[in-house]
Amino acid sequence: MANLSRIDLRAQIKHLDLAEIPSWLSTALIVILAFLLGGLVILAIGANPIVAYLSLLQAAFGDVNGFAETMVKACPLMLAGLGIAMAYRAKFWNIGAEGQIYAGGILAAVVGIHLAGLPRVFLLPATLLAGVLGGTLWGFIPGLLKARLKVNEVITTLMMNYIIIQLTAYLVTGPMRDTSSGITISPQLDPAAWLPIVIPKTRFHLGILLAIGSAFLMSWLIYKTVLGFQVRAVGEQSRTARFAGIPVERTIIWTMIISGALAGLAGGIEVSGVQHRLVEAFSPGYGYLAIAVALLANLEPIGVILSSILFAALLNGADAMQRAAAVPIPVIYVIEGIVILFIAIRILRRKSN
Amino acid sequence: MAVQSIPVIKMVGITKHFGKVIANDDVTFELFPGEIHGLLGENGAGKTTLMNILYGLHQPDQGDIFVHGQSASIKSPHDAIQIGIGMVHQHFMQVPTQKVVDNVILGLKSAGKMLLNRDAARKRLMDISENYSLKVDPDAYVWQLSIGDRQRVEIIKALYRDIRVLILDEPTSVLTPKEIEELFHTVRKLVESGLSVIFITHHLEEALSITDQITVLRNGKVVGTIPTGSTDKRECASMMVGREVLFRLKREDGGGYEKHEVLRVENLSAVNDRDTPALRGISFNVFSGEIVGIAGVDGNGQSELVQILTGLRSISGGRFWVEGKEMTRASPKTILQHGVGHIPENPDDGLIAEFNLVDNVMLNMHDVPPYSQRGLLDKNKMVEKARELIQAYDVRTPNEKVKARTLSGGNKQKLIVAREISRNPRLLIAAHPTRGVDIGAEEYIRNLLLQKRHEGMAILLISTKLDEILSLSDRILVMERGRFMGEMSREMANIEKIGLLMAGSEA
Ligand SMILES: Nc1ncnc2c1ncn2[C@@H]1O[C@H](COP(=O)(O)OP(=O)(O)OP(=O)(O)O)[C@@H](O)[C@H]1O
Ligand SMILES: [Mg+2]
Repeated sequence: MANLSRIDLRAQIKHLDLAEIPSWLSTALIVILAFLLGGLVILAIGANPIVAYLSLLQAAFGDVNGFAETMVKACPLMLAGLGIAMAYRAKFWNIGAEGQIYAGGILAAVVGIHLAGLPRVFLLPATLLAGVLGGTLWGFIPGLLKARLKVNEVITTLMMNYIIIQLTAYLVTGPMRDTSSGITISPQLDPAAWLPIVIPKTRFHLGILLAIGSAFLMSWLIYKTVLGFQVRAVGEQSRTARFAGIPVERTIIWTMIISGALAGLAGGIEVSGVQHRLVEAFSPGYGYLAIAVALLANLEPIGVILSSILFAALLNGADAMQRAAAVPIPVIYVIEGIVILFIAIRILRRKSN
Repeated sequence: MAVQSIPVIKMVGITKHFGKVIANDDVTFELFPGEIHGLLGENGAGKTTLMNILYGLHQPDQGDIFVHGQSASIKSPHDAIQIGIGMVHQHFMQVPTQKVVDNVILGLKSAGKMLLNRDAARKRLMDISENYSLKVDPDAYVWQLSIGDRQRVEIIKALYRDIRVLILDEPTSVLTPKEIEELFHTVRKLVESGLSVIFITHHLEEALSITDQITVLRNGKVVGTIPTGSTDKRECASMMVGREVLFRLKREDGGGYEKHEVLRVENLSAVNDRDTPALRGISFNVFSGEIVGIAGVDGNGQSELVQILTGLRSISGGRFWVEGKEMTRASPKTILQHGVGHIPENPDDGLIAEFNLVDNVMLNMHDVPPYSQRGLLDKNKMVEKARELIQAYDVRTPNEKVKARTLSGGNKQKLIVAREISRNPRLLIAAHPTRGVDIGAEEYIRNLLLQKRHEGMAILLISTKLDEILSLSDRILVMERGRFMGEMSREMANIEKIGLLMAGSEA
């Protein structure tokens, strides 16, 4: 008996199919491999990878402030990553999270500045909702264009990024400029529109908890609701979904409304919780990095929490690594690049299976 | 057959697990030169798995393969083709937007050169086509072809690579009787020229008429290999199933209800994907408690008709009603909710490969109570239903949590049929409802259709199998180039009459 099952097991291990590895495990392997290879790069430039990584860890999580800063960066990555994950679940190749962040930021700033004077219980939710609304609009348009006119979403979402980023620049240099300031920024939002700080003496704001909550909400949406079922069906096999009476076009539009809303919320939170005003280029490409965040997490909402924190830690720890171990910041980009490369390999492997 | 000769293929002690499922259990299989070897077995018995191993798509856990007496390690289809083994799957791997000739040379090492010299490729293709009676147009685009054409392209593709052994996995399940005859003709020519053929089928008559040897698999094990001449239908059937099979349909008439018109179609016309007329003004109706069978060679408008009646294709003229309500331009969902069930002609359109069986059962039910309330899914109810159907229809699977792609071909079909019939639609549009299922399941499904008819369901049956049409239908319509060539009642119908109409001559 025991003998038999051992043969069984051996046979199974011998033919362990790469495609059968659970996706969380492959994600863990990707991250470990990327750090190992990054370590080799660090060795090659004559530094000590262990010292480098320890200083990175220390800076990213070693004290309250470091941790808070990591989470401040993780917040927009998480929300935009969720938005991307939502869209990619339906195989809608949304490259536009960056633009949706900006759209959310602009509307949040407009509300937070122009409705100044309202009590916090109204103004703060209104500001965040304005962010959601901006992102929703910016996601809805390419969704509609794809669903109704079959316009390629990669092109539309990308173009809409440029439009809204230019619009932000225009707004802060013109109509929304704080004329009392020497630089091109908007006036501050009414403090009642600011997200409260959760950990005192840091920038750890309430938005981070909202982002984590959003991840759980989205997980619930995808696996427990009719809409989530339809999104998954459309993404997996839209032809079969159509045969089964699932309204494919409507599902795509809803997907992009939610996707845009999440990225828009990221923008609103960034303005309301961190910048407190509209600033040109206030997102350093969170919306693009969010694509890697979502893909590394296998489009799993809960996974996005972890992968966004990972990418945020890399962003946040890079400086410290440079200072403590004399490892230039671009090494971090190398690690990110390796992660993205492995993700691409994983996607291609699955496709060929 | 020279028994002493060395087998072309010898598979010894092949064992293959998928997780806990044993798909092949110590299988030994021999194929001799010039032999047509039938592989029989119930759905999920392990036929496709065994052949996929021979073709390099799966690696066995244990066991060895010998080709011409030499131990062979086949790691990929490329290896298999190198040593002369070709396989035609039920699902063709073709590029629809390319021409036949390009599809045939696609993936060849010499393809680069061949592209420059397409004329040479075309000539070789035509030679093969002529030698083995495989008629195709090398310059047609694959998307323009019927399933029968595409199968021929696939066979030519294999022959183009100089194979010695051809594996055909259920080639006849998508063909009409006439096309099956043509295929048999081709297969006989192949063995005449020295090839060996492995032939998987669920039709015992076919196996008995074309093969030299028959190997039967059950639950992954070989039950036996016997010369075709010394066996018959009953023996094969009981070897496959492990008990007597009755081959009996229960047909009862009258259900004690008033018959009314469920489907009414008037003057329907439409174009196909090639933008040529697919339907040329057809009219017919289906009553409750009635099975109307549409016979015809595949590609004469049946697919387009089904797609229109399910809301998947737009109409260029005409109207149709279901239960008196006009559905001419309704969405698939509206039609579905109005009580129309649909067994699609291609099982891939009925299941989502990466979804588990529960979600697949729920594809068209998840949005209605009790499986969801106010937009929230009720997982327990969903699982319960899936288990019930898997049990009732004998879908062979370790559990309901596996992905649909792990089911064997026939078990996929059983799951789709289970889902559509269990919804108890008022009108069931059943396209090839028994395609790919084994004899036991075929009997079960046919009896179920008859029972549902008895209970008052209206059924539109599309099938290339004439025996299915004849044994189930109350009325038969023969379709040819987008028109009905004739209508006949069950009593008036026979194979000859239908065959003539299908070929396009007025009765
Ligand atoms: N990729 C896979 N993963 C898991 N299980 C599989 C896989 N492929 C096949 N199986 C299982 O192996 C068994 C044998 O399947 P196989 O496809 O060989 O059956 P078959 O004899 O060809 O049946 P059918 O007549 O329905 O085509 C089935 O139980 C099937 O569920
Ligand atoms: Mg099979």
